[in-house]
Amino acid sequence: MLASRSWLSRPFRERSTQIFLGVLLAALAVVTLLNLIVPAGHPLHVSTYTVTLLGKYLSFALLAVALDLVWGYLGILSLGHGAFFALGGYAMGMYLMRQIGDRGVYGDPVLPDFMVFLDWDSLPWYWHGFDMAWFAFLMVLLAPGLLALVFGFLAFRSRVTGVYLSIITQALTFALMLAFFRNEMGFGGNNGLTDFKELLGFDLRSDATRLGLFLASGVALALGYVLCRAIVASKLGRVSVACRDAEARTRFIGYRVERVQLFVFVVSAMLAGVAGALYVPQVGIINPGEFSPIFSIEVVLWVALGGRGTLYGAVIGALVVNYAKTVFTGVMPEAWLFALGGLFVVVTVLLPKGVAGLLASLRRRRDDGAVETPAQGASS
Amino acid sequence: MRTIRSLVQGLLCLIVVSLAAPAALAAPDDDGRALLEALDVDSYAAKGEAVTAIADSGHPQSRAWLEALLDGKLQRQDDGGRFVVVLANRGRHWPVRDALTDEDLGEMSRRDLDRIGINNALRGQLQNTLALLDLHAPAVSARREAARDLLGEVSPSMVEPLNGLVENEADDEVRRLLTQAIAIQRLEQGDVGAVEALSGSLNTSVRSALSAAARSDDAALAKAATEALAGIEQKQKLNDGIQTLYFGLSLGSVLVLAAIGLAITFGVMGVINMAHGELIMLGAYTTWGMQQLLPGQPGLALVLSIPAGFLVAALAGIVIERSVIQFLKGRPLETLLATFGVSLILQQLVRTLISPLNRTVVSPEWMSGSLMINEGLSLTLNRLFVLGFALLVFAGLMLVMRRTRLGLEVRAVTQNRAMARSMGIRATRVDILTFALGSGVAGLAGVALSQLTNVGPNLGQNYIIDSFMVVVFGGVGNLWGTLVAGLSLGVINQVLEPWAGAVLAKILVLVFIILFIQKRPRGLFPQKGRAAEG
Repeated sequence: MLASRSWLSRPFRERSTQIFLGVLLAALAVVTLLNLIVPAGHPLHVSTYTVTLLGKYLSFALLAVALDLVWGYLGILSLGHGAFFALGGYAMGMYLMRQIGDRGVYGDPVLPDFMVFLDWDSLPWYWHGFDMAWFAFLMVLLAPGLLALVFGFLAFRSRVTGVYLSIITQALTFALMLAFFRNEMGFGGNNGLTDFKELLGFDLRSDATRLGLFLASGVALALGYVLCRAIVASKLGRVSVACRDAEARTRFIGYRVERVQLFVFVVSAMLAGVAGALYVPQVGIINPGEFSPIFSIEVVLWVALGGRGTLYGAVIGALVVNYAKTVFTGVMPEAWLFALGGLFVVVTVLLPKGVAGLLASLRRRRDDGAVETPAQGASS
Repeated sequence: MRTIRSLVQGLLCLIVVSLAAPAALAAPDDDGRALLEALDVDSYAAKGEAVTAIADSGHPQSRAWLEALLDGKLQRQDDGGRFVVVLANRGRHWPVRDALTDEDLGEMSRRDLDRIGINNALRGQLQNTLALLDLHAPAVSARREAARDLLGEVSPSMVEPLNGLVENEADDEVRRLLTQAIAIQRLEQGDVGAVEALSGSLNTSVRSALSAAARSDDAALAKAATEALAGIEQKQKLNDGIQTLYFGLSLGSVLVLAAIGLAITFGVMGVINMAHGELIMLGAYTTWGMQQLLPGQPGLALVLSIPAGFLVAALAGIVIERSVIQFLKGRPLETLLATFGVSLILQQLVRTLISPLNRTVVSPEWMSGSLMINEGLSLTLNRLFVLGFALLVFAGLMLVMRRTRLGLEVRAVTQNRAMARSMGIRATRVDILTFALGSGVAGLAGVALSQLTNVGPNLGQNYIIDSFMVVVFGGVGNLWGTLVAGLSLGVINQVLEPWAGAVLAKILVLVFIILFIQKRPRGLFPQKGRAAEG
């Protein structure tokens, strides 16, 4: 018990974590105050719409942190993290669907609208239990976790790494997307799950619930960040970095590389699932589009832009890119894909360590003149 | 009342015609007119004789008249007595042309026209007569078509003339079909001997006639028919198998085309080019652009787009290599991300410059249609062409890699870059050329794909994951592996499709590859020796 406490409390002694948590909590508090106390119409007022938008960004940031854990500290570029995110989202979506009860368009007390529409006469077996919140929340963790466990077990055991792993993770999310598009799967086909009413008894359209979800996303991000920092700073984290930099050497020293990889991968997938579960009630829909390979690869860009292997860089990247996306798609939707594509090229060619790397090198230059420190883990 | 009125009208017409006709018609077609006059009577029996007369007359227009009569479009003017063929009977005014001279008469009011009516008996006679008329057509293909249409449609009254036709027919295929047509009729009358003539035929009419006979009360007939059906069933199964194989190979050839360029850039050079799909798209758009430049000549445009598509995609490839990839040497994951960015830019470029909507590329005439092997099996020509094209491209690429200076240098640089350079090979130049070659082949794939699917900004995206799967499945760095992997994945997909559905089949194939890579991480044909460590 004591050991585990010191393991978990270590991040709080790190300066970077203290700064990150300080900034995050302060931002949460400011947004809440501006939303609640400043009257609507005042230039400083933050509307509930903006709060929900920020909440969405925060859930994306958690997803980015999860990806950074495997890419930055384990050297595994997953192009399928959107799949874990979407699975968590679907688990939450199924709970929210069951909460609708008989208030759907067809008024069936048990079956969701799309099943009535498809003429199904009973719930498929995998929909049972999702009327209970605790079960659904457990599945938010277990569904992505199990998928990651099985997939990772097979992949790491046969030492599939590098580009190969990236490509098959992409194939995984692509296959899941195709599967979820099918009506026969029982997840609403291409319309997905939507028309949610309430979560744990709170009306999803009320301003208070939306603020609550925003705060929950912020807290989840903070906890996820601390968890990742704790893992990274632990002995396991050091072995994982060793796997990233020299997998064969770590194996020869005697570490069970595939176990480390599997553990970190599963934790990361569960975090992604939590992010998805927070995302769904805020945007009000989950559909197979979240499984699309493009979304997953976009997540990689957030991390790359922020700087991989820093965790806070992933958060910065997710917030910046998504804010840019909101602005661009509102002002000139045509230009967004140009900007996104350009960002991919610029970041990888000119900013291989991302914004965080840029900040770090600036700081170093200020601290000790022009002394070059050896790059660590820049290439993969 | 009506009869009196029409009688009066008829008389009037006769008078008018007899007065006007010699002056009005430059070359009076008296025979034709007489044939048509015979139709305009009240008795259906007389009309039937008139139809027979027309059919036997050999008049060049006879077919058009009978068809118009069948459709109720052969009509007569109230006043002028002219026979006209109505082209479209919608609204109040109908466009018509003269039945005898084929002259366009503009529009006439429907009130001025009288239809030459037919009844059901006459309709049946007309259908038979038309079918028999087709059997006299000079073109063999038209006669075959007509004979095929007759299967299951032979009425007892037609047996006699058909028997005569069979004896005089020169073409074996037509004779066979006619014999079968007559045999179906005999079978329906309960003739056991007819079964023999029908066995082995894959035609649906033949099969339905046989299954009807198999249910008949006559035990001998039922037994013979059942046996014949079983034989047909077996033949059909074989045909279905060949058909599935063909579709599978066709899908596989598309996969091979899409992946073979990637096998060069990814497999040989180790560059992950996520923009490969967009290079395919550029090739497809080149074909479309070529057809816009050469309107009305889709065949020529298609032939010209083969080199053009190669060049466009190869140039785009060079630009990508010089501007992005060369800076990311030895960092495959970064290359993957950067080229993904390039692919987004290219897609959006096409959306902005051309259109976000799909463009249709016309298939030239010699590529449309299908090759008929037998009644149960026909191979669509465009897929056959693409299959051949894929094999040709593969053979060409093998030649380049195995037999040319460039291929030698590429292999040298891949195996040991430093040593190759010290031997005087300009490695950077080889990089550019190899990437251009791989990209150009992607352009060729696009040209071929434009003949099979819609050309749109998302064309490439649909193939990129499949292409990577094919290369990984076949074994990176191995062109033969790509060929075998592409074709076999295509066939597996088609075999799974009937019982799993298209989407599920695709999912199953993806899962299969994911599992396969666990078992053999380096693909079907892994590289051995030093090259494997790279």
